[in-house]
Amino acid sequence: MSTLQLSRAVYDTIRAHGESTYPHECCGALLGKQTDNGWQVAASIEAGNTRTDSAHNRYQISPLELMKIERAAREQGLGIAGFYHSHPDHPAQWSVTDFNEAHWLGCSYVITAVEKGKATLTNSFALVGATEESKRFEPEAIEVSG
Amino acid sequence: MKIFIPTPLRPFAGGQDTVEVTAATVADALAALTAAHADLRKHLFTPEGKLRAFVNLYLNDEDVRYLPEKEATPVTEKDTLTIIPSIAGGRA
Repeated sequence: MSTLQLSRAVYDTIRAHGESTYPHECCGALLGKQTDNGWQVAASIEAGNTRTDSAHNRYQISPLELMKIERAAREQGLGIAGFYHSHPDHPAQWSVTDFNEAHWLGCSYVITAVEKGKATLTNSFALVGATEESKRFEPEAIEVSG
Repeated sequence: MKIFIPTPLRPFAGGQDTVEVTAATVADALAALTAAHADLRKHLFTPEGKLRAFVNLYLNDEDVRYLPEKEATPVTEKDTLTIIPSIAGGRA
């Protein structure tokens, strides 16, 4: 099983983001460096949810914003380790929609359940596979330090 | 021109985050990229040769799908092409 390494500050920040957008889904990116067994996250960046039509159960980050995030990561010598979003009043488990819309092979997808406005469980899933057709989510451990 | 490679595709581009190509159009640039890095092809294109729906291309800061000539848009050596896979999802 791979491991996503986060500082306490980043962990708390992404969970707080989900609480701040409740009852809507929050979303954002994680920047970091690859380790032998996953990613070490250096920072998180909040992103706008463009699914204003259905923000209570959908999220989307605009490609233009993603491009700017990727550029910022590149300038810092980092890569995009993955993405995070919240599930308002719903388990921290990937959905069919999460899976169908996941295309960043090798990256981590972090989901926080936010129940009645309070963040509860945060889980991470590595998107593995050689191609879009063979991709799958595998649960990974989260290691919070500090 | 420079092509910026997104994090998940860098292993298929020799680990590079940027690839330099010589091309006359956006389509030529992609062809040059996949000629130099053949493993990228299946990640960018369907088996039928169409750009995958979740692959976004930006010519400088413009989404290529909204340019009048789309992938036939001419490019110069000073232009940049950024490849960005979509990110979306939701609880339902």
